[in-house]
Amino acid sequence: MRTQATVLFDAPGPKARRNILLSNAAALVVVLVIVVLVLIQLNEQDQLAPEKWANALNANAWANYYLPGLKFTLQASGIAVVTAMVFGLIFGFLRLAPFGPIRWFAGVVVEFFRAVPVLVMMFFLYFFFSRIVAPTGLIASADAAYYGVIVGLTVYNGAVIAELVRSGVKSLPKGQREAAAAVGMTNNQSLRLVEVPQALTAMLPSLLSQFVVIIKDSALGYLIGFYELLQYSRQLGSGYSNILQTLVVAALIFIVINFILTWLASKLAGRLSSRTGGDTAPVTSTTMGPALPVR
Amino acid sequence: MNGFLELFAEYDIIGAFWMNIRLTILAAIGSFALGTVLAVFRISPVGSLRAIGTSYVNVVRNTPLTIIMVLGVLAVWGQLKITFSSDFELNFFVYAVIALSIYHAAFVCEAIRSGVNTVPQGQAEAARAIGLSFLPAARVVVLPQALRGAITPLGNTLIALTKNTTVAAAASVAEASGLMKTMIEFNPNLMVSIFLTIAIGFCIIVIPMGLLTTWLSDKLAVAR
Amino acid sequence: MRKKYISVAALAASAALALSACSPSSTDGGGGGETGGGETQGGGETVRIGIKFDQPGLGFREGSGDPTGFDVDVAKYVAGELGYAEGDIEWIQTPSANRENALEGGEVDMIFATYSITDERAERVGFAGPYFVAGQDLLVRQDDTEITGPEALNGKNLCSVTGSTSAQRIKDEYAEGVNLVEQGGYAECVTYLESGQVDAVTTDDIILAGLAATPENAGKFKVVGNAFTTERYGVGIPKGSDQCQAINDAITKMKDEGAWEEALTANTEGTGYTPDETLNNGPDAELVSCEA
Repeated sequence: MRTQATVLFDAPGPKARRNILLSNAAALVVVLVIVVLVLIQLNEQDQLAPEKWANALNANAWANYYLPGLKFTLQASGIAVVTAMVFGLIFGFLRLAPFGPIRWFAGVVVEFFRAVPVLVMMFFLYFFFSRIVAPTGLIASADAAYYGVIVGLTVYNGAVIAELVRSGVKSLPKGQREAAAAVGMTNNQSLRLVEVPQALTAMLPSLLSQFVVIIKDSALGYLIGFYELLQYSRQLGSGYSNILQTLVVAALIFIVINFILTWLASKLAGRLSSRTGGDTAPVTSTTMGPALPVR
Repeated sequence: MNGFLELFAEYDIIGAFWMNIRLTILAAIGSFALGTVLAVFRISPVGSLRAIGTSYVNVVRNTPLTIIMVLGVLAVWGQLKITFSSDFELNFFVYAVIALSIYHAAFVCEAIRSGVNTVPQGQAEAARAIGLSFLPAARVVVLPQALRGAITPLGNTLIALTKNTTVAAAASVAEASGLMKTMIEFNPNLMVSIFLTIAIGFCIIVIPMGLLTTWLSDKLAVAR
Repeated sequence: MRKKYISVAALAASAALALSACSPSSTDGGGGGETGGGETQGGGETVRIGIKFDQPGLGFREGSGDPTGFDVDVAKYVAGELGYAEGDIEWIQTPSANRENALEGGEVDMIFATYSITDERAERVGFAGPYFVAGQDLLVRQDDTEITGPEALNGKNLCSVTGSTSAQRIKDEYAEGVNLVEQGGYAECVTYLESGQVDAVTTDDIILAGLAATPENAGKFKVVGNAFTTERYGVGIPKGSDQCQAINDAITKMKDEGAWEEALTANTEGTGYTPDETLNNGPDAELVSCEA
């Protein structure tokens, strides 16, 4: 923070310091006024009633709604992280294959899944699982939304990870590949034993921040009827007419978990940077990341 | 195949995509404006503004867009009773644009900040050394380089925004993903072709954006 | 180095497998039923009944407790007549979109979930009943005297849930000038009705009555009582099930004994709602023929 600030600003003198103090006070007042206005309006709508908040925060709410919901959110996201990694590694390798047609095929698959919105993917997969797969008896129809969420998150994030693998390998210093060639490794050996392991180490923080993306996107499951945290909070809110309160609690849970993960990712990046020739800075992407390689 | 062609007559697929495009354009303007203000906050010398910028980014970036969308309609429209139009269709469209702008502003802010980070300290020092004061230094030396460095992350945010306009379905806005859901519900036997139509539609919009971003950032890259 | 990556991959894969084994349907709560369970209807020890978990007054489960509501009461009575004790019932959540699939996939034995008998559904599943005849109606604020029926909705704001045809019907057939908002669930609609952002909520009358009867909403809303469609709530059973006649007999008995009336009153108290007499005694309430 400090260093960037000084790119644009000189160190403040006494007069500037006074101005800064005044601006601080003004900003504080503005924020306070907004908060108070919102609270007044909420109070008028009776949304601050203690029983509404109590019902959104009591033991029943946690034991029967938030925690089971959170369990499914984390479970679906956790599985999707693992499967997306497998998907990403396979397609990342294929995109580096020496044989052209394989590379192009992998490229088309990856670009397709990165360009299609996750929600569109999930809607389709939900119908696919409930109308086509469930009647065969392979999965329970009640699980269609669950599998829709997992597969939807897998293919999208897998495609993003495939790009991470590819760009991770490409961003390694050329010397790594040359050194591998010098000790007599084949192209394949060099990729498998030298380049990809380093690219993976460099990728770990990005994978962790991809986990944040997956957790956030799992909330889209709400729109296909997957019983995750958001859906459970809605259900709790329908019973006690405090849906606003329960959704605020759900949002806070999401924020805390993702905040911790984001923080871990940046810690990890610092620790790992000595172990690879690649760049460990986590790629912080929006829910749905880039559609084309980022340099 | 006949049934498939009839779908185009029965459902307004182009109109639905047009909705996504309108959401994208307006939310892009909104999030760019808000994001720039936040970025200025985050690099300003005023502590409280920096704190506002930082907390905004940290909170919004870690909240699912679905929740922002649902809470916006539920809390702001439903409880705070802020109504933009008595026509529901327009009203929820505005809500969707605002929710998308709020969410993506956090990423625009980070993109611009990362652009400022790419400008070496020496550039600002050199600007001051030749006698430029803060504003001219920022305008003539630092910001032009910063914006060029921010093209890739900004382009990626725009692409993400385009795809995220589908979440407006949660705010009762009739856009392409919601239309696809309705179409499949009533024509389950055409499921795959309906999905491919919508998916390819998004590819057509999104992939050129990616190419353009890459091309622009190559063309405008600051050689160092 | 290489071994390490293989073992990490193996660990990850086994973790994924272990996790995916406990899908929502195999744990209590998320909804759904175990597939391929040993028990079958009739001879087995438990019966799996599909209900809604989020519809107060009809099928609602608070926390991990027993579900409550009119659908649940009827289901308990019918199950009792079929020889199951209350403890033998396994409640399974069947949201609207899953009902046919759950029956076809053998995940539930019966469904009591505001399940209207329609020709389209009857192609895939069997129906017994109806055990109730509902009609589309409007829920308004207690002090509202203006809205007496769907025709009065011109220029008013109306809320319904996404994917339901009921709101569109009002716009098409009764009040062209109505402002429609579609939401994920009726709970959202009721919140808006309370805050004044919408003037009416529409769906089947008994669902509205159930919403209005929750302790938090008591005294705030009323059902207009001017039903303008007919929805015959049936008991969903697998196609060709031999239980149809027994279920019909149980429903008849429940009505004759007065237990039906009792359950209905208990679940819709304080909303000024009475089921449409003519509908529930008329030809629409006639039980389906069980000749398959």
